Amino acid sequence: MSKILIRGAKVLGGAPQDVLIDGESIEAVGTDLSAEGAEVVEAAGKVLLPGLVDLHTHLREPGREDSETVLTGTRAAASGGYTAVFAMANTFPVADTAGVVEQVYRLGKEHGYCDVQPIGAVTVGLEGKKLAELGAMHESAAGVTVFSDDGKCVDDAVIMRRALEYVKAFGGVVAQHAQEPRLTEGAQMNEGVVSAELGLGGWPAVAEESIIARDVLLAEHVGSRVHICHLSTAGSVEIVRWAKSRGIDVTAEVTPHHLLLTDELVRSYNPVYKVNPPLRTERDVLALREALADGTIDIVATDHAPHPHEDKDCEWAAAAMGMVGLETALSVVQHTMVETGLLDWAGVADRMSAAPARIGQLAGHGRPVSAGEPANLTLVDSAYRGEVDPAGFASRSRNTPYEGRELPGRVTHTFLRGRATLVDGNLA
Amino acid sequence: MKRHLISAADLTRDDAVLILDTAEEMARVADRPIKKLPALRGRTVCNLFFEDSTRTRISFEAAEKRLSADVINFAAKGSSVSKGESLKDTAQTLEAMGVDAVVIRHGASGAPYRLATSGWIDAPVINAGDGTHQHPTQALLDAFTMRRRLVGPDAGLGRDLDGKRITLVGDVLHSRVARSNVDLLHTLGAEVTLVAPPTLVPVGVETWPCEVSYDLDSVLPKSDAVMMLRVQRERMNAAFFPTEREYSRRYGLDADRMSRMPGHAIVMHPGPMVRGMEITAEVADSDRCTAVEQVANGVSVRMAVLYLLLGGNEPAVTHPRTEEK
Repeated sequence: MSKILIRGAKVLGGAPQDVLIDGESIEAVGTDLSAEGAEVVEAAGKVLLPGLVDLHTHLREPGREDSETVLTGTRAAASGGYTAVFAMANTFPVADTAGVVEQVYRLGKEHGYCDVQPIGAVTVGLEGKKLAELGAMHESAAGVTVFSDDGKCVDDAVIMRRALEYVKAFGGVVAQHAQEPRLTEGAQMNEGVVSAELGLGGWPAVAEESIIARDVLLAEHVGSRVHICHLSTAGSVEIVRWAKSRGIDVTAEVTPHHLLLTDELVRSYNPVYKVNPPLRTERDVLALREALADGTIDIVATDHAPHPHEDKDCEWAAAAMGMVGLETALSVVQHTMVETGLLDWAGVADRMSAAPARIGQLAGHGRPVSAGEPANLTLVDSAYRGEVDPAGFASRSRNTPYEGRELPGRVTHTFLRGRATLVDGNLA
Repeated sequence: MKRHLISAADLTRDDAVLILDTAEEMARVADRPIKKLPALRGRTVCNLFFEDSTRTRISFEAAEKRLSADVINFAAKGSSVSKGESLKDTAQTLEAMGVDAVVIRHGASGAPYRLATSGWIDAPVINAGDGTHQHPTQALLDAFTMRRRLVGPDAGLGRDLDGKRITLVGDVLHSRVARSNVDLLHTLGAEVTLVAPPTLVPVGVETWPCEVSYDLDSVLPKSDAVMMLRVQRERMNAAFFPTEREYSRRYGLDADRMSRMPGHAIVMHPGPMVRGMEITAEVADSDRCTAVEQVANGVSVRMAVLYLLLGGNEPAVTHPRTEEK
């Protein structure tokens, strides 16, 4: 295997250092390392991070290959600086058996742009009625440890309790899409001042918060670990903060779009802003940023949700919910967290790499940038400023809410176990 | 005035007064033996109705025909929409056929806004009611009716509804009529009060330019006009209120309640009325109820809107009084 010398990068935003990759691992980190026999990547002024890990990606394969495939989704991931993604279970067929999770796992391996770790459904067909074969998915080649009915809430309290208990046998975790279904029938956007004016069905904050409150109490009662997907409200932050202070084993994620966008954008009736959970208010956005900074929220997860053009080029009510996010996530985090002084680059490495790998128990990712570690790395030109142009996306879908918006930062290189998947912004 | 009419909130006070004044002129056409003006001769207007609505469609059609426009009616039922054709494709198909304006009724809030602002078509768009969002021509015809009754057809010209106390009663949550009226009446200087059970008032109403009350009886004596909104019986199945009887008892308008209104005050209803629910037959059929008048005024107001959006700025009717102003 060849050697690569990343020269003069600010490791985790710190002082410039050289990082020498040999084969699949980091051989040395230091100053003035010898470039002999190595390909050199000049990285002066750039920030070097551990390869990003996304705990919440929709790759759409099998079933909706018109919006994304494992190949296009992992290429998008590599473009965005990710070396591992967790693929959500709401495919067609649903990833509720060992067969489906192994298929997705294998496709990720074959394409080689980033590691794909399938998430298994909690219940058969995401129907919330009957537990899927969680143990079989765990024991499969895919080695599933994260289970989620994402897209739907495990709303039955007994099923949720059983799932939380059952996965303890093999150290699994249930990731809950917190949405009380009765309170969100016909919901189209955040319920509040804007929904009242626009006449769109409201998705109240309490529908998320009541489920989170129930689930942290359930987790406490049965001594299990629970993860909260895409937390979106200031009230949810308070509940998770309370639960953590009580010693409950809960982790939580926030999406980049909930760190930046608000329901005011819905006034355009442009379905590119339609997402579930919905965009909330400025107050929520600020609470989420603060919670991510203080660790109440553990990680940033994209909820990358590709949809074909026609599913967004229509009236609001007819449009699909979701946004692509893999290729803009780091830029949004730089904009909302780093440039506001809330988080330094070491913090970004924790929230977007180390902590998600730990929650998902993914070996070899989210490791320190030091000798002997796997060479999963992301190089960021943080000084870059540019408008988001979806035409340049590697994703098969273009449903980004940031089109034409100026965002900072650009991933120039991504290395997956020493092999470049992205070079100077171009996919290898 | 903007190119499209999507929301009552898009209208300035002067826009709205101009429409109402123009509607007065149009109303005079209805009194002629030949109820027709040549203003839109050679122009084609399409009524694009994705939601059932006999009353509003007929009203627009009558307005278009009185202005000599060519009219195309497109109803979603039995059309290509039921085969899965999108709003965008339907609109582009119609525009390709040379439509000069689109009047759209749609079940999805914001559909007319999307149609007007997404670059799908160039023609002016008039919102004939979208979901639970807006129904601006209804608000205009309501304001027109109020001005005629409370100020006077001639005395009202050039004037707004300054200081008039208007009460809207009923299912505000699901009502595009309520939203449009709150916006327009506020623009015209009226003081608006919404009365409804708390379940039928939207969360977020606190930013609306109006008062909210749960007590109809306390508001009636302070009202110059009381507009009853239709309440669908199905709402009680979703626990918005317990029974039809209880709703009527607390929020329905009967003769006894009507007698507590000031002598000059009028009762309005956008139709269709659910008699026995929000309004008793006695009230609906009384002289104080303007429901039928509102229908007639709807044609005049829609003529005015079409004329002003499509016909340019010359006076619609040469009338000595308008020249004096």
